[in-house]
Amino acid sequence: MNCKEFLKELTDYLDGVIDARTKSELEDHLTWCHDCYVVCNTTKMTIEIYRDSEVYELPTDLRSRLQSAIMTKCKDSKKPAAATDQPPSKDTP
Amino acid sequence: MTDIQTKVGEPVSDEMALVHAAKAGSLQAFEELVRRYDRNVFRIAQHITQNREDAEDVVQDAFLKAYQNLANFQENSKFYTWLVRIAVNEALMKLRRRRPGQMVSIDEDIQTEEDSVPRDVADWAPNPGQLFDQAELRDLLQKTIQGLPASFRTVFVLRDVEGLSTEETAAALGLSIPAVKSRLLRARLQLRDRLTKYFKVKNSGDGKR
Repeated sequence: MNCKEFLKELTDYLDGVIDARTKSELEDHLTWCHDCYVVCNTTKMTIEIYRDSEVYELPTDLRSRLQSAIMTKCKDSKKPAAATDQPPSKDTP
Repeated sequence: MTDIQTKVGEPVSDEMALVHAAKAGSLQAFEELVRRYDRNVFRIAQHITQNREDAEDVVQDAFLKAYQNLANFQENSKFYTWLVRIAVNEALMKLRRRRPGQMVSIDEDIQTEEDSVPRDVADWAPNPGQLFDQAELRDLLQKTIQGLPASFRTVFVLRDVEGLSTEETAAALGLSIPAVKSRLLRARLQLRDRLTKYFKVKNSGDGKR
């Protein structure tokens, strides 16, 4: 496996959705290719740092204001029809 | 698909009980769904629109639209996936209105040979987040992700920040699974590349520029 092939499989490898044979080939590549090892490791850190960060957290006061506004709009709007009254339709908004 | 535990994951059956109650007219049940997902919808909307006011509008419009169309939600997917799809559409509409001259589409697929080739392969400090204080880190993460095309950052946010599965992301965005995987790989690699300048090991671990 070369570096280009490694990169192609990186997302599935990091997500743990890869067959055992490809996984073993990827891990073999990692033992001797330092660049791919670094890319793999730092890509994993990239995902973790975004997942753990508080980027665009909703402030408490704004959250309360939005919740009130949403519920007021819903009350003013017509009630959703009961599911049993509706024929099946596809799940698209 | 239902066995994927998302970051927002509550047991699906519980969620469906709320959906059923809301469909039967319970505003209280719908309010619980709002409380459960408003932070996620806000985060997604902010990432797509990159504008606080627009994101606030998207949160309100998406939940109102979900409420008005609850009868059309046929429960083949999680309520959250359905809601995300509504929110993404609303956010993209806002973005198009704000940037009328620019084509904004979730289908855009800007690909060059170079965009998945790592340019800077320097290793990072062991705890890169600790090189900055919380506010600085938040700013640089926001600034970095804002530089990605809308279609890339949307896929990254749904998959890696919100924890949707590949299948759920594809369903929410109306994309094929290979398209989601391809955008996700490039989004991850581009973010990694851009963050390397802040986090790489250099000058005794001082990652600040």
